[in-house]
Amino acid sequence: MNLTLKIWRQKSNTEKGSLETYPISDVSEDMSFLEMLDVLNEELIEKAIDPVAFDHDCREGICGMCSLYINGEAHGPDRRVTTCQLHMRKFNDGDTIFIEPFRANAFPVVKDLVVDRSAFDRIQQAGGYVSVNTSGNTQDANSIPIPKDDADTAFDAATCIGCGACVASCKNSSAMLFVSAKVSQFSLLPQGQVEAKERVINMVNKMDEEGFGNCTNTGACEVECPKGISLDNISRMNREFITANVKK
Amino acid sequence: MSKSTFYTSIGYKVLMALSGLFLMFFLLQHLVINSLSVISPDAFNEASHFMGTNPLVQFLLQPVLIFGVIFHFIMGFFLDLKNRKSRAINYAYNKPSANSSWVSRNMIISGLTVLAFLGIHFIDFWIPEINVKYIQGDMSGMHNGEFRYFHELHEKFAAVPRLVAYIIAFIFLSLHLMHGFQSSLQSVGIATSKTRLAFYKFGNIFAIIVPTGFILIALFHFITQH
Repeated sequence: MNLTLKIWRQKSNTEKGSLETYPISDVSEDMSFLEMLDVLNEELIEKAIDPVAFDHDCREGICGMCSLYINGEAHGPDRRVTTCQLHMRKFNDGDTIFIEPFRANAFPVVKDLVVDRSAFDRIQQAGGYVSVNTSGNTQDANSIPIPKDDADTAFDAATCIGCGACVASCKNSSAMLFVSAKVSQFSLLPQGQVEAKERVINMVNKMDEEGFGNCTNTGACEVECPKGISLDNISRMNREFITANVKK
Repeated sequence: MSKSTFYTSIGYKVLMALSGLFLMFFLLQHLVINSLSVISPDAFNEASHFMGTNPLVQFLLQPVLIFGVIFHFIMGFFLDLKNRKSRAINYAYNKPSANSSWVSRNMIISGLTVLAFLGIHFIDFWIPEINVKYIQGDMSGMHNGEFRYFHELHEKFAAVPRLVAYIIAFIFLSLHLMHGFQSSLQSVGIATSKTRLAFYKFGNIFAIIVPTGFILIALFHFITQH
């Protein structure tokens, strides 16, 4: 395949960026999207041009490191996959592909397509944990009976890899899907219920502090989420936030 | 619940949702009373006179309603502005239609259309009503020997531009309600995967029936005098 790539180039957070055009030829449809960018970068290096900076790590769709807003969608046109699992067979010969960083004030651009998603880490630090001492006295996982539905729902919420596609896709740059998944994965289980009230209040307050927008329930986040995190989590977080404040 | 609870992203959404649900309830009662104008002018006059002169309606429900309307619009503008500011640089190429409906993304447009309509509606009905009752001091409900209410409503819909404006406004109100109802239940935390579809269907039925009812009433008064 021969493609035209329009890639956002930005030297640093303090400098202005712009879309640059790069033609690329002989792209195999079996390549992953990131492999295609690797090939482009090799060509750029040979031409003494600064390679395109982009985030990646496991390339197995589980680490949440890769991002990219491809042709107007987070992680590209495929569903339930991260950018590293997107393959070039999803594109056609002669296509023009727009590649931009995830955009949100809370995700400032570091360089080119790399954005700083540490706001998610700070939200996690505000309450995304359980204060259970597991050093040396770990209980058997089956010693506390948990309804299957709750265990399944908590597990589904825990599959959130924190990639930020929800924020990138939301017209308001809202982080509600991410935060609600992190709230739900704990609040549905007995070990997490002890700190449930403080957790939801602290995490929502931190989310607001970080400058994410308000959720307007468009549902774009759920559609674009590579892990299919459900909107139910947002409703659950709203419910928990309200009751936590009422009973405060 | 502390005051600061409401100054959070979820707090704002809950207030927005509750005011919206309240306005939906008001819409329904407004439609029921307006429907009487098609069935029986006398019944419509009686209901309108009651609503227009009852102290509880006038001095408790009406201020609450006006507050609800103003609050919903101001909060809507405030949140829209805040949300727009959360992304300083927009995407060069974006495809929002791939993951969300136009209606859900453009509540501000449908809301602004309804607000413009409310301006016309207040000039048409509410301001003259307040003028007659509280400035001229005529609480009789009579005008030239006739009850004001039915005649006012009937005559207003003689003009084509007004009829068209009302129809357009109610189409946008319908779009607003289609997303608004289910969104409000999500915001207050009632929606779940088991109930979401039912809420969605109920919201759509409400969003079609209520505005269509208003449109049909306006058409009835237009047709019966041409």
